[in-house]
Amino acid sequence: MTDSSSMQATIQEIITTLKNKPGALLPILHGVQNALGYVPAESVPTIAKALNLSRAEVHGVISFYHYFRDNKPGKHTIHLCRAESCQSMGGKQLENHVKTRLGIDFHETTADGKFTLEPVYCLGNCACSPAMQIDEEIYGRVTANSFDSAINETEELA
Amino acid sequence: MSITIYVPCDSSAISLGADRVAVAITKEAEKRSIDIQLIRNGSRGMFWLEPLVEVVTDEGRLAYGPVQVSDVVSLFDANFIKGGSHPLFLGLTEELEYLKKQQRLTFARIGKTDPVSLEDYVNNDGYRGLRNALNLPQTDIVKAVTDSGLRGRGGAAFPTGIKWNTVLNTPSEQKYIICNADEGDSGTFSDRMVMEGDPFVLIEGMTIAGLAVDATQGYIYLRVEYPHAHKALDTAIEKAYEAGYLGNDILGSGKVFHLEVRLGAGAYICGEETSLMESLEGKRGLVRFKPPLPAISGLFGKPTVVNNVISLASVPIILDKGGDYYRDFGMGRSRGTLPLQLAGNIKHTGLVELAFGLTLRELLYDFGGGSASGRPIKAVQVGGPLGAYLPESQFDTPLDYEAFAAIWAVLGHGGVVAFDDTVDMAEMARYSMEFCAIESCGKCTPCRIGSTRGYEVMDEIIAGRELGKNIPLLRDLCNTLLNGSLCALGGMTPYPVLSALNHFPEDFGIDDKANAA
Ligand SMILES: Cc1cc2nc3c(=O)[nH]c(=O)nc-3n(C[C@H](O)[C@H](O)[C@H](O)COP(=O)(O)O)c2cc1C
Ligand code: SF4
Ligand code: FES
Ligand code: FES
Repeated sequence: MTDSSSMQATIQEIITTLKNKPGALLPILHGVQNALGYVPAESVPTIAKALNLSRAEVHGVISFYHYFRDNKPGKHTIHLCRAESCQSMGGKQLENHVKTRLGIDFHETTADGKFTLEPVYCLGNCACSPAMQIDEEIYGRVTANSFDSAINETEELA
Repeated sequence: MSITIYVPCDSSAISLGADRVAVAITKEAEKRSIDIQLIRNGSRGMFWLEPLVEVVTDEGRLAYGPVQVSDVVSLFDANFIKGGSHPLFLGLTEELEYLKKQQRLTFARIGKTDPVSLEDYVNNDGYRGLRNALNLPQTDIVKAVTDSGLRGRGGAAFPTGIKWNTVLNTPSEQKYIICNADEGDSGTFSDRMVMEGDPFVLIEGMTIAGLAVDATQGYIYLRVEYPHAHKALDTAIEKAYEAGYLGNDILGSGKVFHLEVRLGAGAYICGEETSLMESLEGKRGLVRFKPPLPAISGLFGKPTVVNNVISLASVPIILDKGGDYYRDFGMGRSRGTLPLQLAGNIKHTGLVELAFGLTLRELLYDFGGGSASGRPIKAVQVGGPLGAYLPESQFDTPLDYEAFAAIWAVLGHGGVVAFDDTVDMAEMARYSMEFCAIESCGKCTPCRIGSTRGYEVMDEIIAGRELGKNIPLLRDLCNTLLNGSLCALGGMTPYPVLSALNHFPEDFGIDDKANAA
């Protein structure tokens, strides 16, 4: 199978499993993003057709939610908390360090395709601020040093 | 005999290394041929001591913490499995001041049990409330909740019993229970701790709500940022189905209740109940006009109870011990307990469940131990990103809905975030406006446009340009937001902004308070 036909097959399978749920669109979008890392433009017509929606409606939903992305992320996604509790514990300085270390801003991906950086507004880890997530892994009381070692470990895992 | 050791599976504990510690303890025990049973419990909520390892001994559960992987060998050397002395030894867990001084009703089991063990749950008073509810007429279930004085813990503090009564009295062939587990407020994590640390209590609370109002389908709308809570809920729901606590015939009563977790997608506004329902229906999370109330026309146009995690998780104990039992805690019109979350620049961050009425100062210093940095606490934001900033002069305010309203502040979901004197309150005000702009659903102009104008004006103020013009402009924008917004995102962003300006004018480049007007 070509890449694009295997992608369509994955999308079709997710739709078939979920489309009869009430309010199926978000579960389907989560399913697609889980499988592919993002919700590709090619999936929009297929999803729209299955749910009897217009492409514009599906696109509108994808773009409304910060979590859904229509472009491919890096191998790992870092969600760095920008919210108040983390700010009170040096989150802003950490943010500067992270951006310099990776050489990117929020919503960007490193040139080697390894890391995407996204802001997040609280991870519920405010008792251990500043906090971040790398993929589904949660980190607390993050310092410049502990950030660097987390990045190195994640790279080694890859 | 096998030794029982507890290492929390709470995600904050994990963020500090609990998973690695659990693995290290298991390996070391194997190496020394010591027979242990390692249980992953919820967190006791004392995060400066996490990862907190507990050992079951004849005396009771003994605590060691904060434990790092590098401490594990020395703990075994010190014979910690028999309570041996070690620099990390803390004594009996339940005797630790921070815990002992609390009144844990909703959090009664959290940290004690294996969160996904139904057996543990039932052996520790679980499902007693549901069993009582199955023998009561619906009006009596609702009455118990009304009598308890429970007010919604999601932020608006609306009486839960009154909401349920409306849904009960609205006839419909289909009704829904929605648990609002979006927990978007920064500085809060009590919902997360319940879902990770005692998921069955939420499932039981929702089942009771379903019985009370005739709803047969429940949804937990969970924020995607909480993968650990997601796993715990899915596991617990599956077990509840298998054991007949959920499904088409609950405990042989013929009553029906189904439950499913649905994930949000990183939109703060989807914590607002009508936006949440739009999202559950598969749409963009635009806020709906009210009326109609969700209790009358909610999810898919059907009568719907929407309650916060803590509200629903407080229902089982009310149905177990009675409305009066719960109501006897608290002050004034704030009844029962509030799980407070101490966060930010605080030495002893954590979860403190107490009857309403303690002062903010007692919470910050007696429990929190002051700032983490050792510098003076300058400002405290209570109630999430839409909550006011309180200066030191207001720290004696009791934690009570009405007392907070009287000083133009809110308790909200009980999040308390402390800042030391290095904070620049003008920067915090700018951030509040920026947050509103990022998270606005876009339905009304004041919020969508006003918030963007708001942080642009804050940029001018921070740069010290034309304060005589820009400060009044900021106040005008806040007035427009206060009066012209459809929901509390736009309507309450002025709380943090104006409280920062009014209490800390010097950070805005204004020398005396008179000129801040
Ligand atoms: C912008 C905004 C965000 C909200 N976020 C949450 C939330 O994350 N969790 C929550 O329980 N309530 C949230 N609420 C309050 C809900 O609209 C609603 O009042 C609550 O879920 C009702 O449950 P309760 O009565 O048990 O508190 C939010 C409200 C607004 C305006
Ligand atoms: S105040 Fe803001 S978030 Fe609320 S309905 Fe209006 S635009 Fe949407
Ligand atoms: S504010 Fe950063 S984790 Fe909550
Ligand atoms: S998300 Fe809709 S206005 Fe910004």
